[in-house]
Amino acid sequence: MDALGLARLQFGITTIYHFLFVPLTIGLALTVAIMETIYVRTKNPAFKQMVQYWGRLFLINFAVGVVTGIIQEFQFGMNWSSYSRFVGDVFGAPLAVEALLAFFLESTFLGVWIFGWDRLRPAAHALAMWLVAIGTSVSAFWILTANSFMQEPTGYAVVHGRAEMTSFGALLGNPQLWVEFPHVLLAAFTTAAFFVAGISAYFLLRRQHLDVFRSSMKIALVIGAVSSILLAVNGDAQAKHVVQTQPMKMAAAEAVWHTAPAPAPWNLIAGIDQLGGRNTFSIAVPDMLSFLSYGNLTSSFPGIDELQARDVQRYGPGNYVPPVASTFWSFRVMVACGVLMVLLAWYGMLLLARRRGLETRPRYLRLLLWAIALPYIANTSGWVMTEIGRQPWIVYGLERTMQGVSNTVTSADVATSLIGFTLIFGLIAAADIYLLVRYAKAGPDATEPRSRMPDESLAAI
Amino acid sequence: MSLTTLWFILICVLFIGYFFLEGFDYGVGILLPFVGNTDLERRAVIQTIGPVWDANEVWLLTAGGAIFAAFPQWYATMFSGFYLALFLMLVGLIARGVAFEFRSKDERPLWRGLFDWLIFFGSVVPALLWGVAIANIVEGVPIDAQMNYVGNFFTLLNPYALLGGLVTLLVFTLHGAVYLTMKTELELNARARRAAYAVGWAAAGAAILFVLYSGLHTDMFSRPGIGMLPGVVAILAGLSLVATRLFLDRRKEGWSFFSTGVAILLVVASVFLTLFPRVMVSSLNPRWDLTVQNASSNPYSLHVMTIVALTALPVVLAYMAWTYWVFRRRTTLTQAMHY
Ligand code: HDD
Ligand code: HEM
Ligand code: HEM
Repeated sequence: MDALGLARLQFGITTIYHFLFVPLTIGLALTVAIMETIYVRTKNPAFKQMVQYWGRLFLINFAVGVVTGIIQEFQFGMNWSSYSRFVGDVFGAPLAVEALLAFFLESTFLGVWIFGWDRLRPAAHALAMWLVAIGTSVSAFWILTANSFMQEPTGYAVVHGRAEMTSFGALLGNPQLWVEFPHVLLAAFTTAAFFVAGISAYFLLRRQHLDVFRSSMKIALVIGAVSSILLAVNGDAQAKHVVQTQPMKMAAAEAVWHTAPAPAPWNLIAGIDQLGGRNTFSIAVPDMLSFLSYGNLTSSFPGIDELQARDVQRYGPGNYVPPVASTFWSFRVMVACGVLMVLLAWYGMLLLARRRGLETRPRYLRLLLWAIALPYIANTSGWVMTEIGRQPWIVYGLERTMQGVSNTVTSADVATSLIGFTLIFGLIAAADIYLLVRYAKAGPDATEPRSRMPDESLAAI
Repeated sequence: MSLTTLWFILICVLFIGYFFLEGFDYGVGILLPFVGNTDLERRAVIQTIGPVWDANEVWLLTAGGAIFAAFPQWYATMFSGFYLALFLMLVGLIARGVAFEFRSKDERPLWRGLFDWLIFFGSVVPALLWGVAIANIVEGVPIDAQMNYVGNFFTLLNPYALLGGLVTLLVFTLHGAVYLTMKTELELNARARRAAYAVGWAAAGAAILFVLYSGLHTDMFSRPGIGMLPGVVAILAGLSLVATRLFLDRRKEGWSFFSTGVAILLVVASVFLTLFPRVMVSSLNPRWDLTVQNASSNPYSLHVMTIVALTALPVVLAYMAWTYWVFRRRTTLTQAMHY
């Protein structure tokens, strides 16, 4: 593989890996902050146990989120230096602001939270977790500002062959940002909700620590039910937006090769033949695509062939079609997970409304345990759709991915770091999963392994 | 003052913050296997930096982000040019970051020993590589007319740069040792003091050699407009290291820490003074230097960023100072441990 291919692979691997930890951090920070607030209000010791239990899992996850994020910050310069030169004016700003406004906040107050149990008043301690939660969401906002610029450039002008910022307001007012940021935030809340619900289900099934996990389950289901449904609604709005701004991405996501006259049918599934430029088979729902994409039955849906011809006119000769199968299937996988989660969460709410309804449904509880995987699959496939569907562009309509790569970095260099990071990530994942499972199973009574006191300090007590 | 100069200064300040704060973290990590004999002592050592190390690391991220935003050409040239060095540094930072959190989560001696050494190496590598990187930037690296670095990894490993790496490694270790004398008690404290004395000599020696070498090898003592100033600042940094020892003799641990901090501040200042108005020196042709003018963002970006930075930075400094106040007490072996 050439340096470009390796750099793309490396970006994909490291970013997806980073984003396995990110949503849980964002969502669980909020969940723990809510729990601790309830504890401060009610002084109920079960809630303190709950905060410490979920807090411990949060920290194990957070540590990996942080170290994988550090790579991201430098990767643009290392592998994508031509890109960095081209958009640095616009793109560097949100990254710097993210560090200033968000990373300092979350890391400082997380330190305070971990070590401050006996140094701060309970309310101040809870406030520290709220500041962490705010920090993580603010961080998401700024990094997505950067990402939205790549999807839909705004507030810039190309001067001397470089994109220069002309309006910070336009960068922040980017319509793409205002569908993408809520989507990612809600996805994060949903992730944490299913994580907490799944683990709570495990303990409810074994009938252990019922006081802690009944309440945890309740909190998780409420958060999950609200955010999953909002997520689906928001996702629909996002799709309608992307049809307008990146029609090629949506044509690929729907596997529409030829412009479909109104009312256009919607492919539920299809066999995709990218070289032949056609579907080998498809199962379609009549009229549905016009409705999903435009909210009416009178709009036709532009197909890949028409858009390709249009792009050639606009940007010159070239292939503007992204990998259709990846885009199509990742979109479907995400939406399917989303629908499942809405159903699961609302069914749970229904059971909650009945007295003792939940604990008499072992099959539902077992399902919830497995459903921990759903948000992870949806998050990953969501990004795959967003980023692969944007190809061949690195900045939509402005710069192609192949133009963005570092031109002095050799493929041997990239291969070295790629292999290195992949190995390390594998090891970290193994250690992380081992610890998460161990502490999740140990339950709220578990304390961390202690060290033996040496005799002289025992005497001092 | 022009905005580009202001950002040059701001980035210098961010690096001072990073090296001052994370410098003692690295030192503590390097000393961990040597000053802590039992597992409990090692936990106590980690505990001294537990609440603050992550926030300290954010100074690096902010410096990186600020370079990207204010001088994208500098960001692009440096990070793609120093590719493998940076890769090694990232590996180090990843290892120590997870090690702090994971180390005490399992009781097996093998597990804990493994993470102790990851903390050690994860601290040695960046402490060493930053000196190497800085020395290379000051002495110049092969940069062509398109601002691309055209050397390779081994270009970076020349004697001058390796000496620079040794200086940062030793100075950070000293900084960490002195920090430990401030934050520990009893035997740990005594061991930290011994470490500080031992490393102190080596650090001062390496620093003096480095300043002499710089005088011969770079334009640290002959910058147009300011003459010897950067060199003089570097010599003051050396004197500050001597003061560290005098304070340590008098058991004024806070002052001693203050002097290693001042030494770090002056070293960074000297480097930035030597560079200005360049941000990276080309060894091939002075006309190909990256400077605050030709590497910068447009005035509008800088203007926006200035407003954000000058409002946010004081707030950040205030709450970070408050954290250090909250955790000002010495760590004892009997207190509750969170790492
Ligand atoms: C939607 C949210 C989101 C997305 C898309 C990304 N991140 Fe991230 N990042 C976070 C949300 C986040 C977070 C929630 O704030 C993290 C996760 C775990 C954590 O500790 O903070 C974090 C950590 C984190 C850190 C460590 C911060 C610290 O030391 O405290 C860095 C340097 C980055 N990220 C940088 C990036 C870059 C350059 C990305 C783009 C490729 C990126 N992240 C994607
Ligand atoms: C954290 C969530 C994200 C995930 C999971 C993700 C995923 C991906 C994937 C899978 C690719 C590879 C596409 C391909 O090779 O065809 C890619 C490309 C890219 N993404 Fe993202 N992305 C994320 C966020 C971001 C953000 C926030 C930015 C910018 C701030 C960004 C910038 C890029 C760049 C520069 C590329 C081009 C490299 C390439 O094409 O491989 N990504 N991303
Ligand atoms: C239920 C129906 C859902 C719909 C209709 C939907 C729609 C979309 C669309 C259209 C995009 C691409 C946006 C773009 O290219 O800019 C997207 C991206 C994404 N989706 Fe979904 N989504 C749904 C559910 C979910 C769920 C359940 C999750 C995770 C828990 C999720 C996580 C993501 C992520 C992380 C991205 C990438 C970031 C972004 O572009 O916003 N989505 N989604």
